Amino acid sequence: MIISQTWRGLPLRQLFNTFNIGLLLVVLLVVLALLAPYISTFDPNVQNIQDRLLAPNAQHWFGTDRFGRDLFSRVLHGARPTLLLVSLVILLTVPIGLTVGICAGYFGGWVERILMRLTDIVMSLPSLVIALALVSILGPGLMNGALALAFTSWPSFARQARTETLSIRRSDYLTAAKMQGVSGWRLIFGHILPLILPSAIVRAALNLGGIILSAAGLGFLGMGIQPPAAEWGSMVASGSRVIFDQWWVAAVPGVAILLASLAFNLLGDGLRDKMDPRHDK
Amino acid sequence: MNQLEVNNVSVSHAQGLQRNTVVHNVDLSVQAGECFGLVGPSGCGKSSLLWVLAGLNPYWEGDISLFGQPLESGKVFTGELRRRVQMVFQDPYASLHPKHRLRRTLAEPLKLLGLQDIDDRLSEGFKQVGLAENMIDRYPHQLSGGQRQRVAIIRALLLEPKLLLLDEPTSALDMSVQAEILNLLNDLKASRDLTMIMVSHDPDVIDYMCDHAVTMKAGRIDQEKYYR
Repeated sequence: MIISQTWRGLPLRQLFNTFNIGLLLVVLLVVLALLAPYISTFDPNVQNIQDRLLAPNAQHWFGTDRFGRDLFSRVLHGARPTLLLVSLVILLTVPIGLTVGICAGYFGGWVERILMRLTDIVMSLPSLVIALALVSILGPGLMNGALALAFTSWPSFARQARTETLSIRRSDYLTAAKMQGVSGWRLIFGHILPLILPSAIVRAALNLGGIILSAAGLGFLGMGIQPPAAEWGSMVASGSRVIFDQWWVAAVPGVAILLASLAFNLLGDGLRDKMDPRHDK
Repeated sequence: MNQLEVNNVSVSHAQGLQRNTVVHNVDLSVQAGECFGLVGPSGCGKSSLLWVLAGLNPYWEGDISLFGQPLESGKVFTGELRRRVQMVFQDPYASLHPKHRLRRTLAEPLKLLGLQDIDDRLSEGFKQVGLAENMIDRYPHQLSGGQRQRVAIIRALLLEPKLLLLDEPTSALDMSVQAEILNLLNDLKASRDLTMIMVSHDPDVIDYMCDHAVTMKAGRIDQEKYYR
C-alpha cells in the first residue's frame, strides 16, 4: 500500500527537493553562527588541561580538544569566520567577474581580447597555491584570506558573464534601447546586468561550497584566522595529530566543513534547477 | 522636399577583420509623408539597408542625406538625429526587454531626454494604439504578440520621430492582427505626418501600405514600382 504523505497538500517528495534541503541547511548554518554565543555551552577559548581530549559525553557533547576546550562551542564559533570569509569572497568576486565579463562581451574587439586573456591567465593559476603565496606575503588573517581566495575565483564569473552578454548583445531589445538613446553604463547596468545576474547568483551559490573548502584548506595550513580563535580548518589540523586515538577532535570540525559545503552545493544545484526554463516543477 | 536621398550606396557587414558587401550601389529617394516600401526575398539586402538608415550599421559607402543633411559614414547617430529616426522590429517577442516593465521600457528614453509630463505622454500613446492603460505595469511576457507590437510602436512614436522604419512589422503576427497593426500604422501616418520606410517580403502588405516601392534582388534594386 502506498502511503501518500503530505504536508499542507504538498507531497513530501516535492517538499524535500534539493533546493529546500540546501536552503534549510544554509539557514540553519547562518542562524547557528549568529546565535553561537547563546547556544554554546562553554567559552570556546577557555583552556582546561584536566579535561583534555575527552570523548563526547553529556557535558561536552562533541568532546574536548588537546587544550581541554569544548569542541561543540568551538565548532559553533568556527562557523562565524567561515561564513564571514565566504561572504567577503563572494562580495569581491561577483562584481569583479561580472564587470570584466560584461565589458568583454559588450565592447568586443581589443577590450575583449585583453580582458579574456587576463581571465585565462588567472584561471590557469592553481588557486590554493596562489592563495597561500598571497597570504604569506600579506600576512595571515580573515581579510587577507578572503582577498587571496577572491583573486583566483573571479574568472569563472567573468567567462559566464561574457558568454551570456555575447548572446544578448545583438538582441532586438538592446538595439531598440540604443536607438532610443540609452547607452554606456546605463545600458550595461540597467539592461544587460539584470539578464546576467540570475545565473551569476546560481554560480556563486555553487562556488560557495568550493570556497568553504579552500578557506578550510588555508586554515589547515595555518594561513587562515590565527589561533586561539576557533576556525574549522585549523581545528582539523590540530586534531590530525591525535586522529587515531581521539578521532573526534578532527572529525567534528571535518563534518562541519562537509555539511557547510554540502549545504551550499545543494542550494546552488537547487537554484540552477529552478532557474532552468526546462524545469517544470 | 525629399526626406531621404540615397545615392550609390553600398553596405557591408564586418566579418572579423574583413568586410562582406551585401548591398551594391543603391539609389533611392523618399518624400516627406510617404510610405516607401522595400520588397524582396530574404537575404536580398533590404534589412541591411534599413539598418544603415537606422544608424545601426556604420559600414557603408556612398552619399546619404537625411532630412536635408548629409550623413557621415562610420559614425553612429547621436542627439537630435538619433531621436528623429526610430524603428519597429520584426519579432515582437524579442524587441521588448524581458525583465523590464513596459513603463520602464517606455519612460526611460523620455527621462534621458529630460522631458516633463512623461505619464501623460505614456497614457496618450496607449490611447493612440488602442491598448488599455492599466497594462503599463506589466512585463512583456504578459502580453500577446499583437499587444507587444503595439507597445513597440508606442515606444518608437514617443520620441516623435520624423522617419519611422518598419522591419517586417507584421510578419510574426497572424492575419487578423496583421490587418489591425497595418491599419494602425496607416492612421498614425496620416495623423502625425510621418515618413515611413517599410521592409517586407510580402507584396500584398507593401501594396496596401506604400505609395512607392522598390524591389531588391541580390543586393541591387531590381525594379521600381509606383502605387496610387
